[in-house]
Amino acid sequence: MTAPRDKSGRPIVVVTGMGVVTSLGAGKTDNWAKLTAGESGIRTVTRFPIDGLKSTMAGTVDFVTVDPSSSTGLTERLADIATEEAIEQSGIGSRGDFPGPLFLAVAPVEVEWPQRIEVGRAIGKPDFDVNDMLAISGGGRFAPYHHRFMFGSVAGYLVEKFGTKGSPISLSTACASGATAIQLGVEAIRRGETDAALCVATDGSVNPEALIRFSLLSALSTQNDSPQAASKPFSKNRDGFVMAEGAGTLVLESYEAAVARGATILGVVAGCGELTDSFHRTRSSPDGKPIIGCVRKTLADAGMTPEQIDHINAHGTATPENDKMEYLGISAVFGERAKEIPVSSNKSMVGHTISAAGAVEAIFSLLTLEHQRIPPTINYDVPDPAIPFDVVPNRARDARVTAVMSNSFGFGGQNASLILTREPV
Amino acid sequence: MTEPKEAWITGIGIVSSLGEGLDAHWDALNARRINVDEKRFAPYIVHPLAPVSFDSQIPKKGDQRQMEAWQRIGTYAAGLALDSAGVKGNQEILGRMDMIVAAGGGERDIPVDLAILNAYITGNAGPAFLNERLMNDLRPTLFLTQLSNLLAGNIAIVHGVSGTSRTFMGEEAAGVDAARIALARIQSGQSDIALVGAAYNGERADLLILFEFGDFNLKDSFAPVWAREKHSGFALGSAGVFLVIESREHAEARGTKPYAKLTRVVADLAQRKQPGAVTKSLEALWSKLGAGGDDGALITGATGAQPATSEEKAFLSQHPGRAVRATGTMFGHTLETQFPLGLALAALSISRGALFPPNDPIGLEVEMSGSPTQIAVIGAGHWQGEGMALVEAAK
Repeated sequence: MTAPRDKSGRPIVVVTGMGVVTSLGAGKTDNWAKLTAGESGIRTVTRFPIDGLKSTMAGTVDFVTVDPSSSTGLTERLADIATEEAIEQSGIGSRGDFPGPLFLAVAPVEVEWPQRIEVGRAIGKPDFDVNDMLAISGGGRFAPYHHRFMFGSVAGYLVEKFGTKGSPISLSTACASGATAIQLGVEAIRRGETDAALCVATDGSVNPEALIRFSLLSALSTQNDSPQAASKPFSKNRDGFVMAEGAGTLVLESYEAAVARGATILGVVAGCGELTDSFHRTRSSPDGKPIIGCVRKTLADAGMTPEQIDHINAHGTATPENDKMEYLGISAVFGERAKEIPVSSNKSMVGHTISAAGAVEAIFSLLTLEHQRIPPTINYDVPDPAIPFDVVPNRARDARVTAVMSNSFGFGGQNASLILTREPV
Repeated sequence: MTEPKEAWITGIGIVSSLGEGLDAHWDALNARRINVDEKRFAPYIVHPLAPVSFDSQIPKKGDQRQMEAWQRIGTYAAGLALDSAGVKGNQEILGRMDMIVAAGGGERDIPVDLAILNAYITGNAGPAFLNERLMNDLRPTLFLTQLSNLLAGNIAIVHGVSGTSRTFMGEEAAGVDAARIALARIQSGQSDIALVGAAYNGERADLLILFEFGDFNLKDSFAPVWAREKHSGFALGSAGVFLVIESREHAEARGTKPYAKLTRVVADLAQRKQPGAVTKSLEALWSKLGAGGDDGALITGATGAQPATSEEKAFLSQHPGRAVRATGTMFGHTLETQFPLGLALAALSISRGALFPPNDPIGLEVEMSGSPTQIAVIGAGHWQGEGMALVEAAK
C-alpha cells in the first residue's frame, strides 16, 4: 500500500469520476470507441446559415438542444451531461450533495444575437438607437435574459443541481481553461481545504459571431470541402484549427479520502504546471521559453523526469504556429526522445473544444492509461519535416503507458500542463 | 496542516471616477466627493472614469490601441499597484508573480450592432445577412478586446507579470474569489506574491441594457446607496483596482512595508429562494470571518439594488457598533471590481490611520474617531454570491 502523500509531502490527488461529451457523442464509451477508431466529429455547420463564411465547419454537439436556444444554454447543458456521468461514476456524496467546491472552466458569457434581435424587434420602429433599446428592456419583459447572460449563471445552475459547497469559481484562461479548472481543484485538495473537488469544463459556443471572430484572426482551417479531414495537427498542409463544442468533468479527491470510502481510483493527477507568455496577444514567444518553462514546472511538480513520460497528449491545434512551437518546446525538454515519444492530438478528431479542451483531453489521457491504447492523430498524410514527432498517425496504437503529459497552450499566453498517471508516483 | 503564512497588502492601485492614485482617492473620500453623470445615459446614471493619461502606465500607443476601455483601465490600475509595491520593472519578481484577475469583458461595437439590428427590423436581412455584416464590419482585433482573459494577457504584455495567470468570471463574486484564492495560495506556501484585481467600464450602453432586463438600474436622480428605498437600483461605475499581496516573509526579505495585513477571505453562494437567505448567509460568513467584536469599521459593496441591499441592511443592524461605509455611493457599482476596491480602501485607511468620513444622509454610516486596526470588507452580489474579508493592521 502506497503512502497517501506525494514526494513533496502533499495529499495525492486522484480521479474517481469522469464524464465527457463531444461531437463524437455523449459519454466515455462512445467517445473512446470513436476516438480509437480514428473517427472525426467535424461536420459542415447546419445550425445556422454558412453563406459568406470562410470557415464553414465545426465539431458541434448537434444531438443536444436547449430551449430557449442560446450558446450559454447549450454550454450549461453540456456541463450538466458530463457532470452527471462523472458523479454517477464516482459514487461520491449523494444526489444533489457534492462534498466539495466547484471549479468551472466556461466560455465567456454574453448577450447573443437571437436575443439582441428579439429586443430590437420589440421596439417596433426602424432607425432606433440604444435609448430606444433601453426604453423597452425593463419592466420584466426580458427578465430571464438578465440571469441567463450573467457570467456566473452556468456555475449558479451547477451549484444548485449538484450541491457543491462554498463559492463556485468560473474561470477562463482561453484554451488552457480546462487544465486550469483541474489545477485549481488539485491545489485546493493539496492545501487540505477539501477532500474533494468538482472540476468542470464546458464550451457550447459555436454561433455565427464566435466562428467569425476566430475566422477574422485567421486562426481557423478553411479546408471546408472535407470537414472531417480539415483538422490536421502536425501535418505540413495544416492550416488552422476547427472550432468545436464539448464538456469534460472530473471528480478529484485526496487519495486518502477515496480509499477510505472504497472508491475506484481511475487515475492520479501527479503534477500540474502553468506559465504565462508575455510576448504577444495571440502568438507565442519565438524562443519557446514559456512553453518549455511550463513543461519543466509540471515535471518538477510531479517530481518526475522527462524519461518517465510515455505519451504526450498534445495541444496540437493544427495552426501553423502552435504545432511548430509545441515541437520546439517539447524537443527542448525531451531532447532526442522528442522524436520517439508518441505525441498525438485529439483535436484532429474532436476539434478544438476551447474552454473544455484541457479537461476533455485530460479525460482522454486517463482513458489512454486505462485501456493502454493511444488514440491517433488522424488526417496525417503529409508529414512536416520540421516537426518530426511520432504523432501516432491515423491508427490507434496499443502501448505500455504509465504516465501521460497533457498540454494546453492558450490564446493570450496562458500555458498549462498536467501529468496523469495510473498509480501514485 | 502547518500554520498559515501571514499575508500583507504591499501595493495598491486605484483609478476611478474620483481620480487616480491613492492620494487623489484619499482626498476625494475625505471631501465626500461624488462624480456622477446623469445626462449622458439619461435617465440612467453612471460614475464616469476621471480623466486619465493612459500613457503613464501604458507607454506604447500600439498597446493602448489593442485594448478597449475596460482593458485600458485595468492595465493602468495594475501598473499603479506594481509601482506602489515597488516591483515595477523588477523582472526577477515579475517573472514569477502570480496573477488573478476578476473579469467581465465583451465590449460591443455599438454602431455595428445597431446597423445590423436596424436591417433586421426593416426586413432588409436575408439569411446570410448576419454573416456578411459581421465578417465585413467587425475589426479583427475587436475579439481580443472582448475576451475575458485578455485583461490578464495585456497586463502580462505591458507590465511583464508572467508567473501564473488565472481569470475568474462571475460578477461580484469573482472579485471576492480572486482575493480568496490568492490569499489561500500564499497562506499555504503555494505562492509568494500575487497581483489581484479587476476593472470595469460602467459607461457601456450594452451593460445598461443587460441590467435593465432585470430592472437593476438606478434611474432619474442620484441618491446614496442607503437612501434608495423608493427607487432601488445601482449606478454603474468605471474603475480599476489592483492589489499586490505577498507573504510577510517575501516582503520583509525585500525590505517592503505593508499597507495592511489580509487576514482572511470567506465566500459562499446562498440559494436566494427564500426571503432572508442573504442575511442568513452574511451571518454565517461573519462567524467564519472571525472579526471578533462589533467595533471597528466595515466597508461594503452594497449596490442599492433590491432585495439584496435590504437583506444586507438587516445583517448590518445586527452589528450596530461597526462604522459602515458603502463604496457604491462614491464609486457606483463596479461589479467584479467592487470587492478589490473595498480591500484597497480598507488597507489605505489602516495605513493612513483613519477611516474616511461617512457619505450617507440617513445616518446608517456613523463617524469613527481613532485609527482603525481592523476593517471588515463585505459584499453581497446583486443576484448571486456573498463574500467577506478581514483586513488588519500589520504588527
